Amino acid sequence: MADRPRFIVVGGGLAGLATVIKIAEAGHDVDVFSFVPCRRSHSVCAQGGINGAVNTKGEGDSPAIHFDDTVYGGDFLADQPPVKAMCEAAPGVIYLLDRMGVPFSRTPEGLIDFRRFGGTLHHRTAFAGATTGQQLLYALDEQVRRWEVAGRVRRFEHWEFVHAILDDNGNCRGIVAMDLHAMKLEVFPAAAVALATGGPGIVYGKSTNSVVNTGTAAALVYQQGASYANGEFIQVHPTAIPGADKLRLMSESLRGEGGRLWVPKKKGDARRAKDIPENERYYFLEEKYPKYKNLVPRDIATREIFELCRRQGMGVGGKDSVYLDLTHLGEEYIKRKVGGVVEIYEKFIGGKAWEEPLQVFPAVHYSMGGLWVDYDHMTNIPGLWAVGEVDFAYHGANRLGANSLVSCIYSGLVGGPAMVRYATGKVGQELGEPSSVLLDGARTKMEETYGALGKMEGPHNPYQLWWQLGDEMTGKATVVRYSNELQELDGKIQGWMEDWKKCSVLDTGKSANQAIMFTRQLWNMLVLARVIVQGALLRDESRGSHFKPDFPERNDEKFLKTTLASYDPATHGPKITYKEVDTSLIKPRKRVYTGEAKA
Amino acid sequence: MGKLGDQVQFKIKRQAGPETAPYWEEFSVRWEPMMNVIAALMEIQRHPVNAAGQKTTPVVYSSNCLEEVCGACTMVVNGRVRQSCSALVDQLAQPITVEPMSKFPVVRDLYVERQRIFEDFKKVNAWIDTDGSHNLGPGPRYSAEVADMRYALSRCMACGCCLEACPNYGPGIPFIGAATVSQARLFNLHPSGSMKASVRLDALQAEDGIGGCGNAQNCVQVCPKEIPLTTSIGDMMRATTKQAFQSLFRR
Repeated sequence: MADRPRFIVVGGGLAGLATVIKIAEAGHDVDVFSFVPCRRSHSVCAQGGINGAVNTKGEGDSPAIHFDDTVYGGDFLADQPPVKAMCEAAPGVIYLLDRMGVPFSRTPEGLIDFRRFGGTLHHRTAFAGATTGQQLLYALDEQVRRWEVAGRVRRFEHWEFVHAILDDNGNCRGIVAMDLHAMKLEVFPAAAVALATGGPGIVYGKSTNSVVNTGTAAALVYQQGASYANGEFIQVHPTAIPGADKLRLMSESLRGEGGRLWVPKKKGDARRAKDIPENERYYFLEEKYPKYKNLVPRDIATREIFELCRRQGMGVGGKDSVYLDLTHLGEEYIKRKVGGVVEIYEKFIGGKAWEEPLQVFPAVHYSMGGLWVDYDHMTNIPGLWAVGEVDFAYHGANRLGANSLVSCIYSGLVGGPAMVRYATGKVGQELGEPSSVLLDGARTKMEETYGALGKMEGPHNPYQLWWQLGDEMTGKATVVRYSNELQELDGKIQGWMEDWKKCSVLDTGKSANQAIMFTRQLWNMLVLARVIVQGALLRDESRGSHFKPDFPERNDEKFLKTTLASYDPATHGPKITYKEVDTSLIKPRKRVYTGEAKA
Repeated sequence: MGKLGDQVQFKIKRQAGPETAPYWEEFSVRWEPMMNVIAALMEIQRHPVNAAGQKTTPVVYSSNCLEEVCGACTMVVNGRVRQSCSALVDQLAQPITVEPMSKFPVVRDLYVERQRIFEDFKKVNAWIDTDGSHNLGPGPRYSAEVADMRYALSRCMACGCCLEACPNYGPGIPFIGAATVSQARLFNLHPSGSMKASVRLDALQAEDGIGGCGNAQNCVQVCPKEIPLTTSIGDMMRATTKQAFQSLFRR
């Protein structure tokens, strides 16, 4: 490699920017690529907070308890050593963010305040109002801007990663990216590349995810040989609000601050919420889970809401809806603690949280699965890293609320230095500069790919196909899963793959042609959908977010294993194998949140 | 309030590229519950046909979070600059006009390039000069009151609404605008950030600085996050004046 190796980070959310900062601090040059300006990345949508066992409230909290809550909350599917390291690092991550100027809410003594969140009995979640992700992202974006001014970082905003450049030995040597304004392809050699490209929520059409979360980058490298792990584990958040374009999250912090979920005891009760007396309300989580109450982990709360609305017909007005009641907390408290969330409700649905309960229902929210990485966050492709939601590492079968912000940042803090070690170590040194033949070949290949996309003809509209995919995925591959339905869905996806080949190019414009980019992203979504569906189909057990009524129990003997999907170009489907999970630190035990479960 | 079966009328200002002339195209889009401007643009992607029944291209626009925290989908809707995700069709008079922001270069259709905002953030050192990302223990203690004040300022999405509405901001005019002035205040309010307060105040005294404000006060009226922008400008004006006096006496 050259004297000064260059690094590439694709994705400018929390994980990507943390990676950039670490590489820049180590004295190296780094280019960051992002569809949207980094400051507008999906990380802004995280509302409730970031976990770290700082024990400000004197409850005896510790990183060890955080570690246990996380592993137990994830139903033992996560490899334990990295989870332990993350929980130990978490208080330091929060302090770092505080030093970067995040306006965390404070205690009367001027310390960082902490709130309750799901799946724990401790106040462990630091927060900045109720737009914590936005605030953390801004802090990292500002630090990266500082490095940009110092000449260490180049930003390629409004660029899309379209191809990883792999040499004959399968090492990642750079990327091809598209300038989304001028629609020009360019080649960028690099000593190491990190994908920090987020989750694939858009595969489900409407979800709590942002528009950019198509999973397209992960799907591209998966098709180039990267392993995708635990794809079937998709978190469905219990509380969101409907919309014509997306489903909007109503943060777990609403319950962390005292919000209560209930439905009228009388089926189809037509009275307004406030006219229903206390003894005619069914606080379903509080009754069944007296210890954790409304703060059971998300997979459990979501299943309870589904059971009530879909099977028992107990939803508000007989619909897919339950009450999330904050009215007892008062206007001042609500505005101060969770103003950013209830504002979203007020703007998009109407109604004030202090006057009447919110009406909510579950929505696809997060992917626990993602690209397989080792403990340094390198994928099985040497030189290619994955950090943040796009990796599979920390959350097992179910993620605890407020653990995503810490895992995103922590993975960048681990990944960045590991990339530097790789590039400046023996392997990187021996690789030398990638040949111009390799780079030119990659460019030509992509020019052909996008040239062909620009000439597509046929009866199908890619945006319509996407909407169909989203509908079916939401119906059959979310909360309750049946093998026959998954099998049928996989067949449909293969049908849409055929239809995709007969998509019409909607736009031949030379400037900012979003339709062409979307058409390729749609193919990638179809590929990932098959990974999710096949993984779910083959996993005949129930664990965390993955629930099959025909196999209602967890089966450690057969399935305490990481699902590994590798792409088969012949069928466009996954080849699935299983890998042992490292459970060397906490022995798996039955996961129970009812009654007097573990403290 | 619309109902199923209704059509919603849109007039959208389009432009094929940065150098070409803009034109209007009308669309008739079927109403759906909880419909916002974004949902209409998505429906046009699925059915790219204009109101005259002619085949057209999907409208190009920028969007991301769709819940008014990223700032990407800022447009001028019925003459008012705002995020198009929170522009609910049932609350808008028809035909609904949708235009790109006028203070920034158009890339295509409703999609504008707002990099200037981020460039201006650099001028005022809109960051904390940390010693590094290694573990250095807790940050400085400060009061809940200051944290709340900083949080209110820090919700700025760099969406550019305040700049679009400002008569003293635009191409060819040096003024950095309310959002950037408010950033300077945000960092000057932080205990470590205040150590570089004079650098930010110096920047605000430059030709493109706070002196460009004409006190129209449009900024604070259009800010979707109700950031006290005029308070920030007033506060920074006092601080820059104070600093100017102090440096005068130091000579």
